[in-house]
Amino acid sequence: MVRVELPYHLRQLAHVEPEVALDVPGIVTVAAVIDALEARFPMLRGTIRDHATGARRPFLRFFACEEDVSFSPWDAPLPDAVARGVEPFTILGAIAGG
Amino acid sequence: MSGVRLLVGTRKGAFILESDGTRRDWTVSAPLFGGWQVYHLKGSPVDPNRLYASQSSDWFGQTIPRSSDGGKTWETVGNKFLYDGIPGTHQWYDGTPHPWEFKRVWHLEPSLTDPDTVYAGVEDAALFKTTDGGATWAELSALRGHSTGSQWAPGAGGLCLHTILIDPRRHDRLYVAISAAGAFRSDDGGATWKPITKGLYSKFLPVPTAEVGHCVHRIAMHPSRPQTLFMQKHWDVMRSDDSGESWQKISGDLPTDFGFAIDVHAHEPETVFVVPIKSDSEHYPLDGKLQVFRSRSGGNEWEPLTKGLPQADCYVNVLREAMDVDSLDPCGIYFGTTGGQVYGSADGGDTWTAIVRDLPPVVSVEVQSI
Repeated sequence: MVRVELPYHLRQLAHVEPEVALDVPGIVTVAAVIDALEARFPMLRGTIRDHATGARRPFLRFFACEEDVSFSPWDAPLPDAVARGVEPFTILGAIAGG
Repeated sequence: MSGVRLLVGTRKGAFILESDGTRRDWTVSAPLFGGWQVYHLKGSPVDPNRLYASQSSDWFGQTIPRSSDGGKTWETVGNKFLYDGIPGTHQWYDGTPHPWEFKRVWHLEPSLTDPDTVYAGVEDAALFKTTDGGATWAELSALRGHSTGSQWAPGAGGLCLHTILIDPRRHDRLYVAISAAGAFRSDDGGATWKPITKGLYSKFLPVPTAEVGHCVHRIAMHPSRPQTLFMQKHWDVMRSDDSGESWQKISGDLPTDFGFAIDVHAHEPETVFVVPIKSDSEHYPLDGKLQVFRSRSGGNEWEPLTKGLPQADCYVNVLREAMDVDSLDPCGIYFGTTGGQVYGSADGGDTWTAIVRDLPPVVSVEVQSI
């Protein structure tokens, strides 16, 4: 199972705890994790990647094993520790705003 | 009708305020959608427990919560607002072409006959419609595709479609207002549109009487006289008696005719309320005094309503969506401020009380008489 850490607003929207465990089929990539997350929690569609462009929303970043993978190819395998659920895949909102 | 429900949208969530018909004692709900911007909530006229909300965030985009029990529970419905076809460009602040980009829903207008049908006015300005309770949304793209669309430019708040009115006598007649494109009318359910700006004068435009480019802040209509429209423009309070074909200025003796909110008394179609704001550079009341102005003559002659409102050191704003009336007798009027107060009057505006004082900045107030 892949562990995904969600920011407050998305937890609230999906009615879940800070971390969710997902069964991600095949190679564990950013795209595969987001696909699995949206399939399990349809209310999150459009909140992480833009409906029109499919791009990551600009105020969000993705982290894996303390590395910023926001700009890595979405089809690149994530670290093995994330794929095995040892480390979480973290979706982080910009720390800004009023 | 035995009570009133106020649906209050704020910068950090929504609140539901309820009272019985006396409108003396109110309950205030816990925050709904806490931390999200709620530009608007509105209930279906045919099923008042069916509510729709615009929940958005600069971080996480747009979602649409829907309730079927008057706001006790909510479910998230569709949020796919995709422009029809290749979107093209509108004009940016600096005059250059800028691609249409969906940002948020400013206004939700449920159908007068079907609780599953709702219109949504969005930024960048476009009109969407759902007929399945919000599960899917389709653009009524003839509006944005109007021959002037590429000339539309945003106001300071963005290029937003913020007003949608449905003619209660002929439901295929729709009015929309866009900052800062102007006002448009469709007589065929949104298949075609025409600008309705004859008589508007905006001195900031190269051609002050241009067909488009006016910063219309809000339009209000009384359901018994749908051909009569009242408009709060950037500057100027205006009136039309021919469904927007022509407009006359009715600012009359207002101390300033800049403002955002405008509404019509529930039982007196010639009684109109506005909240004058000092200027387009100073978005607060004149002289630190919060005053609603009422005209009982359809404009031109206005009286200040101040009893119960702060008359010193008040520098809040009242945004375009933040005033509404109930349909009880006597008519109640309500408005919210950027300071987080929601004021109400249960006697047609003669006296006011603060229903709640310390909410986040209020963006919208929608009233249900239940």
